[in-house]
Amino acid sequence: MYPYSSPRSDASLPKARPLHRFLQGPTTTMTASSDVSTAAPSTVDDAEVARFSAIAAEWWDPAGKFRPLHRFNPLRIAYIRDALARRFNRDPLAPQPLAGLRLVDIGCGGGLLAEPLARLGADVVGVDAAERNIKVASVHAAETGVTVDYRNTTAEALVVAGEQFDAVISLEVLEHVADVPLFITCCTDLVKPDGLLFFATMNRTAKAYVTAILGAEYLLRWLPRGTHDWKKFLKPSEVAEELRRNGAIVRDLTGVVYNPLDGSFRIDPRDVQVNYLLFAEKVA
Amino acid sequence: MANSNSDSEHRTTTGDLTTEVVVVGGGLAGLSLACALGTAGVPTLCVDRESPEQQAADGFDLRTTALAHCAKQVLAGAGVWTYLAKDAQPINDIRVVDQGSLLHVHYDHRTIGDEPFGYVLDNAVIRAGLFQRVAELAAVTHLAPAAVHSIERDPAGVRVTLADGRRLQAKLVVGADGRGSLVRQSAGIGMPRRSYNQTALICNIGHEFPHHGLAVESFTPNGPFAVLPLTGNRSSIVWSERSDRAKLYAKLPDDLFVAEIQRRVGEFLGKIHLASGRAAYPLSIMLADRMIDHRMALIGETIHAIHPIAGQGLNLSLRDVAALAEVVVDQYRVGLDVGTVDVLERYQRWRRFDTLTLAGVCDSLVHLFSNDLPPLRIARQLGLGAVNQMPTLKSFFMRHAMGTTGQLPRLIAGTPL
Repeated sequence: MYPYSSPRSDASLPKARPLHRFLQGPTTTMTASSDVSTAAPSTVDDAEVARFSAIAAEWWDPAGKFRPLHRFNPLRIAYIRDALARRFNRDPLAPQPLAGLRLVDIGCGGGLLAEPLARLGADVVGVDAAERNIKVASVHAAETGVTVDYRNTTAEALVVAGEQFDAVISLEVLEHVADVPLFITCCTDLVKPDGLLFFATMNRTAKAYVTAILGAEYLLRWLPRGTHDWKKFLKPSEVAEELRRNGAIVRDLTGVVYNPLDGSFRIDPRDVQVNYLLFAEKVA
Repeated sequence: MANSNSDSEHRTTTGDLTTEVVVVGGGLAGLSLACALGTAGVPTLCVDRESPEQQAADGFDLRTTALAHCAKQVLAGAGVWTYLAKDAQPINDIRVVDQGSLLHVHYDHRTIGDEPFGYVLDNAVIRAGLFQRVAELAAVTHLAPAAVHSIERDPAGVRVTLADGRRLQAKLVVGADGRGSLVRQSAGIGMPRRSYNQTALICNIGHEFPHHGLAVESFTPNGPFAVLPLTGNRSSIVWSERSDRAKLYAKLPDDLFVAEIQRRVGEFLGKIHLASGRAAYPLSIMLADRMIDHRMALIGETIHAIHPIAGQGLNLSLRDVAALAEVVVDQYRVGLDVGTVDVLERYQRWRRFDTLTLAGVCDSLVHLFSNDLPPLRIARQLGLGAVNQMPTLKSFFMRHAMGTTGQLPRLIAGTPL
């Protein structure tokens, strides 16, 4: 549903526009960003960095084009944080609750999830098949001084490289994947035994068709038309079955519900009709 | 400098101090916010013009503060109340009197529960408690004395340059630097002021008889006169008077001044004497046009300075603290940027209604009571008499005075932040 993880959204990214009006005028002297452009002058094209920086600013503007995503991002981060804290016996409200955990975010887009997870203490690898997304995410992380290991690669390639993680996170990606069983097998292979897998995707229901395709693409125009193909949406039972086949058991399933009246989102375990979030534990 | 340690800050290669939140102003509101954020582990730097030693010097702040139940909860949640409890005088009863008439309202806390209406404390006690709490919080650094030279804000963050050349980097700057706030002015936010043409004469008195936790507020045509119980056989006097007359009273020698107070207090405390210095503050109402700007939030008297008629000034500020601390902490705990516009808008939406209603209520009280026009006098006598006869309405007013109506921030509701 959200374009940062959609390969097709690449072509539709908007041009940069002024982010905010600042009373003291724009400053570009924040040390973090100047470090980026001076650290490796031989390999970094300044004009290109500026271009990606502008795209990143657009993605990260909570009042901008991706406003709906920003409004539900805190909910899903809290969901992941709480599940990981429970699984690994941490206090979810303490500073750096994810310290020492190695996570991979597959389909990381501009880093809207990878970066906050890193700020919560995790070692995060951010993976995206679109090179441009990786550049945008890297530029932003450098600007904000957060360390994320961004890689322009795929889940399959990570498996081949023998990478292992405490948790694999892949949100709003399943509905765009060509071979779902293969993708879920790869994700499970990347998780250490007793580790967790997080997925968010769209349910194949009439309500999801009306909300996500007619609503988000045609009526509200949050997304370019054609972003989603309803036939590729997955029922929670189908995801659970694929996971079970690979030795992972779904531990929690919840809905993410949009309230059109005030533009807010909420986590609602009773309504998984449109957008849902689940996590599974690898038991074998 | 109270403390400086590695949890609240680290240095960049350029020598800047980096943190999440810079609070400009180390008054009661600013330090309370630093304590609330620090308790939740949010790295916070507080820039304070005066050192704690200067502020402890006798006479820096003679005022006392009536903390409503909600304000006490905020300080408790921020870990400050433990340092204040022994010096806090509970208010068990409130008596509101319209001078010259026999009508009054008597509020007894036992009619709505076990908690007192609030507590009265010397500001110096609150300040000392805040310094103690700040010193034990690893996430908070108190930079004092230090003055702000400039504040630059851009999409990535805030940079505050101090007069001594040190530079601080943060995600959010909070203005807590009082009604003349330089932080507010740097964002071009206006704060219209209207004078009440009244001046508050302030002092503490010692007295012969115990006060039994009774607070008395008498309304006179020249302004309200309040006697608030302090620990021991002491009370705090907040005497609002027309400014021209206040000027004369302020010049009286101590013995004549005490005689004037004795005349207004009456006999219920027995013989009184002066137990502190005397101070005079001109009264006005000021409300800022906005509470937020890009990467900037304002709290306390930087956005509202109201008449002390209902004793709500600091209570209002601590409600700002509770709301801002909550939105910032929630954002920090999901690893997101604490200075973004959606966080700030949530704070402003939460606080605006409460601020405007309370300021409005206090404003109308001043005009209603500081007046000798016969129709108004009759109306308020009927009003006071009627309130006394209606238990539900009275209980609503009492709860409002305690600050426990409306959607509550966690700190006020008494749950951990």
